[in-house]
Amino acid sequence: MKIAAILISAILVNNFVLSRFLGICPFLGVSKKVETALGMGLAVTFVMGLASVITWLVQIFVLDLLGIGYMQTIAFILVIAGLVQFVEMVIKKTSPTLYQALGVYLPLITTNCAVLGVTILNIQEKYNLIETLINGIGAALGFTLAIVLFAGVRERLETAPIPKALEGFPIALITASLLSIAFLGFSGLSLFQ
Amino acid sequence: MFSGILWPTLTLGGLAIFFGVVLTFASKKFAVEVDPRVTDIRGHLPGANCGGCGYAGCDAFADAIVKGEAPITACPVGGAEMVNQLAQVMGVTADVTEKHVARVVCCGDKNSAKEKYEYQGIHDCKAAELLAGGSKSCKYGCTGLGTCVKACPFDAIHVVNGVALVDEKKCTACKKCIEVCPKNVIELVPISKQVRVLCKNVEKGKAVNEVCKTGCISCQKCVKTCKFDAIIFENNIAKVDYSKCTNCMMCAEACPTKTIYANFENRKKAHINDEKCIGCTICKKHCNFEAIEGELKGKHKIVSDKCVGCSACHAKCPKKAIEMK
Repeated sequence: MKIAAILISAILVNNFVLSRFLGICPFLGVSKKVETALGMGLAVTFVMGLASVITWLVQIFVLDLLGIGYMQTIAFILVIAGLVQFVEMVIKKTSPTLYQALGVYLPLITTNCAVLGVTILNIQEKYNLIETLINGIGAALGFTLAIVLFAGVRERLETAPIPKALEGFPIALITASLLSIAFLGFSGLSLFQ
Repeated sequence: MFSGILWPTLTLGGLAIFFGVVLTFASKKFAVEVDPRVTDIRGHLPGANCGGCGYAGCDAFADAIVKGEAPITACPVGGAEMVNQLAQVMGVTADVTEKHVARVVCCGDKNSAKEKYEYQGIHDCKAAELLAGGSKSCKYGCTGLGTCVKACPFDAIHVVNGVALVDEKKCTACKKCIEVCPKNVIELVPISKQVRVLCKNVEKGKAVNEVCKTGCISCQKCVKTCKFDAIIFENNIAKVDYSKCTNCMMCAEACPTKTIYANFENRKKAHINDEKCIGCTICKKHCNFEAIEGELKGKHKIVSDKCVGCSACHAKCPKKAIEMK
């Protein structure tokens, strides 16, 4: 039951982009087309799931053991960057098809704050390994949902008559804020009772 | 206190070294072998991933070249210099083609072409096309809603006063705009050719005049004016045969509706180099505009007012004494 609660909370209630405001850069940058947004979302899901597990292990077995938990941020950035590079190489070699679908987006995620955010939150919430994995994947699914919805709206905006002053990024930001307000509706869900 | 610095440094340093070693190892172990020529060619390509070559981006094109599937001249963006570089990599000789640019074959801007109705739908030419062929009274002309502007990856096409206009300096002939234009009013032409007929309306003169003040009214003055047979007249519209056109711009001067456009500032003039001229009169014979004076054995002279820059004398001079500038 707690796992379901974590999943739904990460996807909808505490959506990483729309209510925690993490990972805004790719959210605005790679959301011009639904297709690329979906690719980015998949890549983020892949990396977030992996990064959550690895950083949890690093926290428990390296940082906590040596009593240097305060170095968490720096250590996690290091781990995530190294991990993404490694995964990119492995995918390139083993699955060219997957690489073509995700490869372009992987380097973009290396320093994505949403990935760092989810790993740090995992530790703060004192999740165990399974919960960490679920939270990581849930957060990424939430990211995917948000970016795909946003890209869908932006595709429509392309052909809409928009006032000159609002063309391009201004209207994108207005759209993003409206989406964010819409997601605020989920905060009424009480999952932990 | 010292260990408070030592431990974190060692741990993080250790982690960094660990990842460094793993990545080095992985880059060897998981190295994908690529033909070095692919990397080489990819380096020479423009990298805009525009797809003008017909392949999915520059990487795919580089692959196709090495496999022998694509000709090295397929990239419309890179230009002659890049083709030469590719030729060197591939060890073949290149037959360089002249740079082409896209041109919009319509000059019916807001001042000359009337509006049929006020269009308020989706801001897109294809959408407007569905509504009685767009709001412009001429159904052959540019809709002016900028579907080509959105398609252009190089910011080389813009709508000016209701008609799309190509910035020839930026245009790379990638054909993206040609593909999306629902009116088919964009064409690729060699960049050196200055004269263009800016109309596609195939109706008779009266019908054209009713919808657009600058449309081709089939008067055929240009056909009579052209001394090089370079204007073909068919389907009630004049068309320049660029294999024959010499940029003399006489048709543009003659056109009563100014449908034929030429930038007269770019008009060249012939100049005779007195040191090389031997007075053979060959140039004089070939000048269609009586713009060369001079007797046999004497130095020839260009009458600047009459010279229109057709280059006919330049091509015929046996001593290469005539320069166009």
